[in-house]
Amino acid sequence: MEQHTKLTKEEIKQKVDELLNNYLEMDLLRFTTAGSVDDGKSTLIGRLLYDTKAIFQDQLDAVERASRRRGEDQLNLALITDGLKAEREQGITIDVAYRYFHTPKRKFIIADTPGHVQYTRNMVTGASTANLAIILIDARNGVVEQTLRHSYIASLLQIKHIIVTINKMDLVGYDQEVFEKIKQDYQNIAQKLDVKDIRFVPISALKGDNVVEKSENMPWYDGPTLLWLLENINITSDINLNDPRFPVQYVIRPMSDEWHDYRGYAGRIASGVFHVGDQVMILPSGLTTKITSIHFADRQLDYAFAPQSVAMTVADDIDISRGNMIVPVNNVPQQSNEVEMKICWFNQRPLQPRGRYILRHTTTEMLAMVTDVDYKLDINTLEKNYDDKEIKMNDIARIKVRTAQPLFFDPYKKNRQTGAVILIDESTNETVAAGMIE
Amino acid sequence: MSEKLDNLENLGKYRLNHLRELEAEAIFVIRETAAQFDNPALLFSGGKDSIVLFHLARKAFYPAKVPFPLLHIDTGHNFQETLDFRDYLVKKHGVQLLVGSVEETIRQGKAKEDTGYYATRNAIQSITLLDMIEQHKIDAALGGARRDEEKARAKERFFSHRDIFGQWDPKNQRPELWNLFNGRKHMGEHFRVFPLSNWTELDVWLYIYLEQIELPSLYFTHRRKVFNRDGVWLAYAPFMRLKPDEKVEERDVRCRTIGDIPTTGLTLSTASTVEEIVYEIATTRTTERGMRFDDKVSETSMEDRKREGYF
Repeated sequence: MEQHTKLTKEEIKQKVDELLNNYLEMDLLRFTTAGSVDDGKSTLIGRLLYDTKAIFQDQLDAVERASRRRGEDQLNLALITDGLKAEREQGITIDVAYRYFHTPKRKFIIADTPGHVQYTRNMVTGASTANLAIILIDARNGVVEQTLRHSYIASLLQIKHIIVTINKMDLVGYDQEVFEKIKQDYQNIAQKLDVKDIRFVPISALKGDNVVEKSENMPWYDGPTLLWLLENINITSDINLNDPRFPVQYVIRPMSDEWHDYRGYAGRIASGVFHVGDQVMILPSGLTTKITSIHFADRQLDYAFAPQSVAMTVADDIDISRGNMIVPVNNVPQQSNEVEMKICWFNQRPLQPRGRYILRHTTTEMLAMVTDVDYKLDINTLEKNYDDKEIKMNDIARIKVRTAQPLFFDPYKKNRQTGAVILIDESTNETVAAGMIE
Repeated sequence: MSEKLDNLENLGKYRLNHLRELEAEAIFVIRETAAQFDNPALLFSGGKDSIVLFHLARKAFYPAKVPFPLLHIDTGHNFQETLDFRDYLVKKHGVQLLVGSVEETIRQGKAKEDTGYYATRNAIQSITLLDMIEQHKIDAALGGARRDEEKARAKERFFSHRDIFGQWDPKNQRPELWNLFNGRKHMGEHFRVFPLSNWTELDVWLYIYLEQIELPSLYFTHRRKVFNRDGVWLAYAPFMRLKPDEKVEERDVRCRTIGDIPTTGLTLSTASTVEEIVYEIATTRTTERGMRFDDKVSETSMEDRKREGYF
């Protein structure tokens, strides 16, 4: 603000336009970090926020005070991500917390999740919207059970990019051999997973090596820093632009003199691109029509693409309502009353075999019954257990579901939007499971 | 302004920049609220976040009008400028306005007013708000809160469940995956919905600039009677009790956030345009909540208030 008075209005306007121009050149990367305090997860996030100057002075003062209260001489970066009262008391993360920072290249949203097995559901939640996962490994311990667990969840939720950060390199003397051994071990387990883009970075979150600044302690490592990877990993192909899917979310009917006959079908494009003039089919009715306009508020568009929120009008006067899906006539999703899916169970109350649940898929909701539990997965070893079919909180399982109406879906692997469901308990209204259709 | 600002695909074909992606996400959440609930309302404080929220709601339902009312909780200690702007906006866009009065809540004996120098009606707002929610059978209250504002807010969901007493249980929140929002509830329960969850302060300001959104005059520099309390500049009003060593003086100030008079710290500033404000925000090193007296009570004051039904 000191410089503020020295600049003329024109200079300020110019600077702000420049800032806004740069700002609008940033895309958005959502990433998840799973881990426990012991892995240095909080310190790593604190380090990222601190070194990218996302922490304001008053927050920093609060962290300094808190560090001093705990009798620590240095700024405790882990305290930056402190959350709820209970978490501070117990020194753990219970729930998903979202953090924000940006660099001149990108804006980042961190889904900061707890790493213990009893919080699998929170990890799944954080992973559901992420483009990228940071897997933390303590260099002293190497690849452990939870490494596999965290990596499996990333792969199950179809996170396209994984950065394996081997942390606490300072405590193993910045030894290249330690890094190479862990890298090799990880590559061995990665063969069981469905992730194509995996990178490795040796870091010390505490000392700052290779997080934002390149480390001078590891001259043998000639790869990029963690932040460089976060800024530069290509995420343009993460969104499915091949299969146009438009779940109708809301029907706009102004009923004003000016817009007397207007019916706009509003929603967020789940995947693909729609053009004015496209021949489309309405599901579930199967009726076909043509897109006559696409608009974003008062702005007419020639086409729209995922993940834009728009409204469309169509040529024919047919019944279209919330829960319907608009798709191109030549590229329709699968249709079935019976689907198989992997689920993560979220609730204290175990899955009820042949129990009735409400299934929510895109903008539609219907009754569903779990007709079979195929197997339960041991998330620490990835072994399938075909005998134990009691699905409890944090369990991962493969099940069969029958729905009261036909479901129009794509396999989750192909489409994260139209392949995902949640199950809701009819009596408590709680979200009891997340499902990924196979 | 450059063309880039108006271009939905400045990053390349079929790619949205982060601000347009956040806009699309917020519009999705607003429409989902209108679709899943019978009787939503938009919590309108007159501050920039609720103004941006209303702007997004207008975009979401264009060319129809916003299909729910604005709900303002008036502490009775508001800046006149806030009330004038609220009334102007309501008239301009033809929306319904509901006003809950904290003064009325106190008169009815449902809450006792704090006394002393640090007295605010901040906590009582929650009682008035829950009263209004019950009285008007509101089942979803859209708010402009953001996760980057405060550590308790960092754990909020887009669709945040409130029990029959209006309480938030942060340790037992519904998991929220992909964009599948579960707004199912029992009679008497309601939801708070936060479409701007993923926006930061700078996002909001640049969006205001980008979209040329109108704001109350309080955000821009003006000469005002103020006094300094514990390092924070507060506006003087007849109901504000001054300590013996505090003296009223005139300064050029503006609001960085808008609450009511007792809770709003003012910034000494000569910024008179949105550009100048953005410049100020981009170069400043304190959080906007750092300017709020209501958060200074204790380390967990936001969490405590939210549990009881606060915004």
